[in-house]
Amino acid sequence: MNITLTLFLFVVAITLLITGWAARRSSTTIQFWAAGRGIRGWQNGLAIAGDYMSAASFLGIAGLIAFNGYDGFMYSVGWLVAYLLVLFLVAEPMRNTGKFTMADTLAYRMRAVPVRSAAAVATIAVSAGYMMAQMVGAGSLVKILIPTLDATLKPYFAWSTSLGFKLDPSIAMVGVLMMIYVIAGGMVATTWVQIVKAVMLMGGAILLTLLVLIHFGFNIGSFFDHAAAVKDAKTQLPFTSPGILYKYGEKSVWGVDKALLENISLGMALVLGTAGLPHILMRFFTVPNAKAARTSVAWAMGLIGSFYVMTSFLGFGAASLVGKAHICAKPDAAGKCATAALNNNLSMPLLANTLGKEFFGTFGGEFLLALIAAVAFATILAVVAGLTLAAASAFSHDFYVNVIRAGHDVTEREQVRVARITAAAVGIVSIILASGTGATTNAAALVAGLAFVIAASANLPVILFTLFWKRFNTWGAVAGLLGGTLMAIWLYVIGPGFSVAPPKNPAFPLSNVGIVAIPFGFVCAVVFTWVGGLVKADRLAEERFHEIDVRAYTGLGAEPGTVEEPSVMPRTATRPQTSG
Amino acid sequence: MSGAGVEPGRHEAAAGPREAWEGMEQTEEFKQLVRARWRFVGPATVFFLVYYFLLPVLNGTATGFMRTNVIGNINVAYLFALSQFVMAWVLAGLYIRQANHVFDPLAERVRQLARRREIGS
Repeated sequence: MNITLTLFLFVVAITLLITGWAARRSSTTIQFWAAGRGIRGWQNGLAIAGDYMSAASFLGIAGLIAFNGYDGFMYSVGWLVAYLLVLFLVAEPMRNTGKFTMADTLAYRMRAVPVRSAAAVATIAVSAGYMMAQMVGAGSLVKILIPTLDATLKPYFAWSTSLGFKLDPSIAMVGVLMMIYVIAGGMVATTWVQIVKAVMLMGGAILLTLLVLIHFGFNIGSFFDHAAAVKDAKTQLPFTSPGILYKYGEKSVWGVDKALLENISLGMALVLGTAGLPHILMRFFTVPNAKAARTSVAWAMGLIGSFYVMTSFLGFGAASLVGKAHICAKPDAAGKCATAALNNNLSMPLLANTLGKEFFGTFGGEFLLALIAAVAFATILAVVAGLTLAAASAFSHDFYVNVIRAGHDVTEREQVRVARITAAAVGIVSIILASGTGATTNAAALVAGLAFVIAASANLPVILFTLFWKRFNTWGAVAGLLGGTLMAIWLYVIGPGFSVAPPKNPAFPLSNVGIVAIPFGFVCAVVFTWVGGLVKADRLAEERFHEIDVRAYTGLGAEPGTVEEPSVMPRTATRPQTSG
Repeated sequence: MSGAGVEPGRHEAAAGPREAWEGMEQTEEFKQLVRARWRFVGPATVFFLVYYFLLPVLNGTATGFMRTNVIGNINVAYLFALSQFVMAWVLAGLYIRQANHVFDPLAERVRQLARRREIGS
């Protein structure tokens, strides 16, 4: 076992210990889903940042910039600006009206059974899409740390081919490890893990950014000169210029520049998707009140924004200091890579290696590589835990407790068992899907292409309409949730984004499907509200709007910021009085 | 929170009588709060969406302009992208100031009124 791997395992072991400690700590308390609503604003801000800055942000964006220059930076911009929507329209009203999950707010007005079922479908779809990207990122890391693993394990995975899919050994191994851990450790609020991880991640990014800047003598001008000196092989454009990933003026779709449409479509998913991410929304239920929800978004925006500004230095740094041609798991003796093996998810770890070598010698390079890989791995682990929690809560709290076993008391043990089974199912599906797309698919593009689009087209319209549109009803909510989810998945599957080798003429021309799927989700919600209203009026949805309206703005009767017993929720849940 | 009194998802008897909530909705205090919020949130949302989508649109339609170098090899496209971060932080700051100084006191007035009417508490 080499030193890199030892170090990596050491850091991972530490994060696992922290996770385990946090898990045991919260499973012995009664704070299963919402951490007792006792999380402070700044703590929740750190946790949101931790939940949000996944493998897609850490490995993915830097990778896109390292391979395509400026255009990759679009992800960073969109993912920060998205929080304005969260801050203005979603965080506080959700805190004021919700309980444990997004569906709680919806079920306030709508018929519980259909709306909770549909919300569970959307939540699990988003989580699985998100998880795929994390698995891909983790798989890439393992490939670079243990280059021989894939070849060694390959024979053991041959069975999967005969079943019609192909498992990637690294992805499958990492996925199974994560699942075992999360399932064994329990699906508990991972707030502290997120905080620790957010600090580690920020530390890692700051360290690397500083090293990049030291390399250029803190001369920003010189840094950009070097970035501009890197030219794209096909277009000959300098890396600082827009137009490498989005080749403007090359093809047109529906009479409009295709690259422009792709870029706008991506922007829609990034900016509108965040406000519909179940694992982020869940975080607003952990704070005592709306003001703390607001504060936590401010903290998150500060952290996430600083981090995303750094991605441009890390990405451009990797482009000029490492070089696209050298970024893969197994470079040859001369440090070059086969084209098929190029893996932009590895830009950040390899930048760490290069910088470490430059400043601290060969061992320094290996050390820094292992450190950054471990930070990335901790990141992925924490995000997977958060996602698992969201998916498990959707199924266990929304679907199992409130739909399947509606009207019965469900013990905590039973709930946790259901949550574990959900976690395992989501994990397995993500492993298969992630193996299908392959470890060299960019993690950021993957998560934006699927998870964010579903969140924006299914969850966002339904959340906004529930809070702000009086005539919205159960029909519209269910249609919006299911229509948005299915349309996003369908377009993604028939489009060019899904497979490694895209077909020449995919049935849907864009790999970013948001531009069609997101409006479709909104239209579905509106049209079915009207049509459904004609078929069978949903008077209660309209009547209870008055209540949700007042509550969303004022926090009247909001869930109090104290510990409450969720184990036999919701029928017999006793709720303490508030001053209201 | 006996105000709601029931599991919200059940779609059963509402928390207070519906008329009580509707009555709250009709109060001048509540209307003021809603107006104050939207007066800020409405224009701010439109502004940030327009400002944000200007970036991809300009990158795609005024590509030459966006590639123009401003300082050394730092071009308009990168500076505009950076300005998005500043825009987001400034707008968030403005919102939070507004919320703390204007929306919160207005909401508190509504809550006091509700307390007197014994709604939602």
